[in-house]
Amino acid sequence: MQIVLKQIEYLGKNTLYHINDLGGMGLFLLYSIRGFFKRPFRFTAFLKELKFIGAHSFVVIFFTGAFTGMVLGVQGYYTLSKFGSEGLLGSAVALSLIRELGPVLTALMVTGRAGSAMCAELGIMRITQQVDALECMSIDPYRFLITPKFLATLVAVPLLTLMFDVVGIFGGYLSGVQLLGVNPGAFFSGMEKSVVNRDINLGIIKSFVFAFVIVWICTGRGFLLLKSRSGFGAGSVSNATTQAVVLSSITVLIWDYLITAMLL
Amino acid sequence: MIEPIIQFVDVHKSFEGVNGTVHKVLRGVNLKIRTGMTTVIGGASGQGKSVTIKLILGLMKPDSGQILVEGKDVAVMGGSELNEIRSSFGVVFQGVAPFDSMTVYENIALPLEEKTKLSKQEIRKRVIESLEQFGLIGHEDKFPAQLSGGMLKRVGLARALQLEPKIMLFDEPTTGLDPARSLEIYRLFYKIQKEMGYTAVIVSHDIPKIFNLADQVVVMHEGQAKLFNSSEEIQWSNDPIIQDFVQMTMGHIYQSRMENE
Repeated sequence: MQIVLKQIEYLGKNTLYHINDLGGMGLFLLYSIRGFFKRPFRFTAFLKELKFIGAHSFVVIFFTGAFTGMVLGVQGYYTLSKFGSEGLLGSAVALSLIRELGPVLTALMVTGRAGSAMCAELGIMRITQQVDALECMSIDPYRFLITPKFLATLVAVPLLTLMFDVVGIFGGYLSGVQLLGVNPGAFFSGMEKSVVNRDINLGIIKSFVFAFVIVWICTGRGFLLLKSRSGFGAGSVSNATTQAVVLSSITVLIWDYLITAMLL
Repeated sequence: MIEPIIQFVDVHKSFEGVNGTVHKVLRGVNLKIRTGMTTVIGGASGQGKSVTIKLILGLMKPDSGQILVEGKDVAVMGGSELNEIRSSFGVVFQGVAPFDSMTVYENIALPLEEKTKLSKQEIRKRVIESLEQFGLIGHEDKFPAQLSGGMLKRVGLARALQLEPKIMLFDEPTTGLDPARSLEIYRLFYKIQKEMGYTAVIVSHDIPKIFNLADQVVVMHEGQAKLFNSSEEIQWSNDPIIQDFVQMTMGHIYQSRMENE
């Protein structure tokens, strides 16, 4: 009997914890959005974040994009050549990049590179009472810390996605046309015919949604560190960061499916 | 009688432990902190000294009771009202909590940049003055991690004083400092208080040393706060708990004197 009661108690406690946690994240989002409209806007901080999240992610995005495109070129070539339709390689590479791989892989790379860093930074600020110090100076920590990160991510991720697409297409060109000998005219004209505005819009909508998901989860997990079950001290920051990366990555993939199912 | 600027009325606060145990830290604390005075809050570790500071700042809410700052209850305040009250506080946390990705200069300038409409030049002038006052000239481009403990405390003090607060809260100002450095911090604190006339609340273990600075001393024990108006009052207290505390913090000198007389 005791064991059963304990189990029920455990279940109840866990449920309450998760509802609480979810509510905390919801409130965090509300306060963050409210922070957008508070003045003064920290423009320099916004630019710094944009440099960190956007410009410094370029190399990672470049290599990921290039090799993804190249792999698509090779794989696509071997599959299409079985049906004698290598000419479709251009459109196959472009469509899979623009609709799917560009937004998703960019989001995952940004999560790993910038999302984890944002979470750790905020977590450390929380445990060393720097957030408390801001509140005690009656400086709104949401406006001060979260707003620049939020806006910078919303600007950077869609731009990085577009770069990923372009680099990826040229990667496909390199492997498909230069190395495997597909006709360059067919490669590009097929792409021009099959890629429509709708595909590009879908990619951009996805990248906006992913940017929002990443920055919300990563900043939220760090900022709300003490309210979550991450533990204490340095360990809590590492736990929260792991949690943030895993949660954002999974949420990105779930939203990818949902958006595709709704809009395609 | 000088009006209390901060008043605790029957404040209770407890925390939930890891395995569901409830730890009652404050059990009905009543406290009056008077305007313009220096109040030292002492007591062994884990008796709720830092909690008291967090409650005054509204960073924590009590389970029950009132915390009146200038007659208004901080415990039921939210948002803008709390911000307004907080702007009359200056705080130095236990670990100082410097913004560690900003330089010393940026740390001290931050409150002025965020909360005043001063021009860049005026801010620069004010910060340089503070750097001189706190002996930090030449260190303004360093980051907090590159400073010694004493310097860090001075940075915290300088940052907290920029907006000329009415109340200064100082959590463990001398932990981790050698006796000479502690004395230096106390002297600096005393000197500036004379100039600016703020009400000071200091949480400290340094009971004997800090007596010279204190107008009243609060000893926290077993969730209660006992107020004394002078150091003699504490030393001659009949309360066994206080006697224990005095012996613990000041050694046996006082006890032997008590026995001789």
